[in-house]
Amino acid sequence: MEEVPHDCPGVGSAQAGRGASCQGCPNQGLCASGAGAAPDPAIEEIKEKMKTVKHKILVLSGKGGVGKSTFSAHLAHGLAEDENTQVALLDIDICGPSIPKIMGLEGEQVHQSGSGWSPVFLEDNLGVMSVGFLLSSPDDAVIWRGPKKNGMIKQFLRDVDWGEVDYLIVDTPPGTSDEHLSAVQYLAAAHIDGAVIITTPQEVSLQDVRKEINFCHKVKLPIIGVVENMSGFICPKCQKESQIFPPTTGGAEVMCQGLKVPLLGKVPLDPRIGKSCDKGQSFLVEAPDSPATLAYRSIIQRIQEFCSLRQPKGENLVGS
Amino acid sequence: MKRSQGEGSHCPLVRRHFTQAGRRTVRGGSGWKSCGHPGGMEAAAEPGNLAGVRHIILVLSGKGGVGKSTISTELALALRHAGKKVGILDVDLCGPSIPRMLRVQGKAVHQCDSGWVPVFVDQEQSISLMSVGFLLEKPDEAVVWRGPKKNALIKQFVSDVAWGQLDYLVVDTPPGTSDEHMAVVDAMRPYSPLGALVVTTPQAVSVGDVRRELTFCKKVGLRVIGVVENMSGFVCPHCAALCPWTPRSRGAWRRAETSSGGSPRALRFLRSPA
Repeated sequence: MEEVPHDCPGVGSAQAGRGASCQGCPNQGLCASGAGAAPDPAIEEIKEKMKTVKHKILVLSGKGGVGKSTFSAHLAHGLAEDENTQVALLDIDICGPSIPKIMGLEGEQVHQSGSGWSPVFLEDNLGVMSVGFLLSSPDDAVIWRGPKKNGMIKQFLRDVDWGEVDYLIVDTPPGTSDEHLSAVQYLAAAHIDGAVIITTPQEVSLQDVRKEINFCHKVKLPIIGVVENMSGFICPKCQKESQIFPPTTGGAEVMCQGLKVPLLGKVPLDPRIGKSCDKGQSFLVEAPDSPATLAYRSIIQRIQEFCSLRQPKGENLVGS
Repeated sequence: MKRSQGEGSHCPLVRRHFTQAGRRTVRGGSGWKSCGHPGGMEAAAEPGNLAGVRHIILVLSGKGGVGKSTISTELALALRHAGKKVGILDVDLCGPSIPRMLRVQGKAVHQCDSGWVPVFVDQEQSISLMSVGFLLEKPDEAVVWRGPKKNALIKQFVSDVAWGQLDYLVVDTPPGTSDEHMAVVDAMRPYSPLGALVVTTPQAVSVGDVRRELTFCKKVGLRVIGVVENMSGFVCPHCAALCPWTPRSRGAWRRAETSSGGSPRALRFLRSPA
């Protein structure tokens, strides 16, 4: 890896490639030509494509394994229960695409038409897209570096024929890296309604989620709120609640108060959730009386209320 | 993060973060005495900084949240208990968990002739740790980097950290099969890593990702020491019943064994409330 000039002015700067510190930099020619600062034409193409999508929601977490994909899937299920609501679920976790399994669509394939790629439809009003549908075998590892992942995300946003959609839910991998930057960058012109951030109560998770919240502030992504998942465990034998992930620092509630971010709700851990995900079924239908289902429904309603306060063209009536 | 001013941080060639962090050197020479490395060597990257490490273990999982960092930490502590000298390299740049797990968050990284001195977590200096967590100005600061910048830092972690003589170097990784994993395997290839521990939970969604991770290991020529099934069950503190926290997918396990070209040794860990 080559050294960068000590005072690199930045690839987007007016001095890019022209400053005294640029002498000898291998990127000098590229920056001086202005190519580094030119916007990607795909951004405009995606903006056009997204005109038929009313609301766009990103599901994020700095931490892995907190239930992003599970939440994304059940948010999609919950919204799609109204058959007049068109829902799209996009899985941009390129290395670990869980959505096909959780939605019971493993093995399905993507078809191409004149208007682009067709998402895989679970219901008439619920379409899904994931790199998982593009793999020839479930064992195939997607060993891609950042630029290739970015290219795939660009294709998902530009080339998938979503049609008229009320809600586009974007499930992301953990972290604050290529996939997240690309999703925000490509959707920026199309206006994202906001991000739902998932965490568990433990501090190891919260410390990563604080970074994710900072990421959202940095890229000016509105935060719909935080969901505390796996809030408590109900023993199926004695029905008493225990803490699998003890909130030693106050859990998401204290974090949200400190960072002035809404807490959308707390979802307890019901072992049947994992079972539903493995079977590819909606937990909301499998266990309608579970406290977890009630929590999910309350959170989904709050998300719908947040989105309904935003105009479809991105005029924001709610402060971010 | 100590990074460039203005927009310099967006350039994929930026390495200034690490150079700037290096300016937090110990004044007065106490850091030089404690690192134990002979003086008079160049302060630039030392190619042989892993030469004194006997075994390298990568802790991997395709899935997030299965307990890689926890297993890495517990493994290091267990090896120390067995009298070994252990280093931990945390290459999860976006979510560095190990400093908090070992209660050394906020410690500074010092410099010596051979490079960066890893942070010692105990008085006896039997466990040393390097993590991007030590280089952040604020603990909540997000490391928002694309792949090339992450690759550059990981290469520096491998070549510029003065690990000294270690029995084991445990490398904790983020979930997935992407830049960080390729960078660390490429950087460590000359040192013949011992192998990989792949961590999963019983759930089919997790095992599915592990199958992909096993494919990754095969493709990059990384020997799989075994698979650890974490959170195999939960012991209820009220009634002491052993509950399946997440259901075990036996089919998924059989497929995982087949895809790994044999039967990886599997260890199972139960989860107890803290």
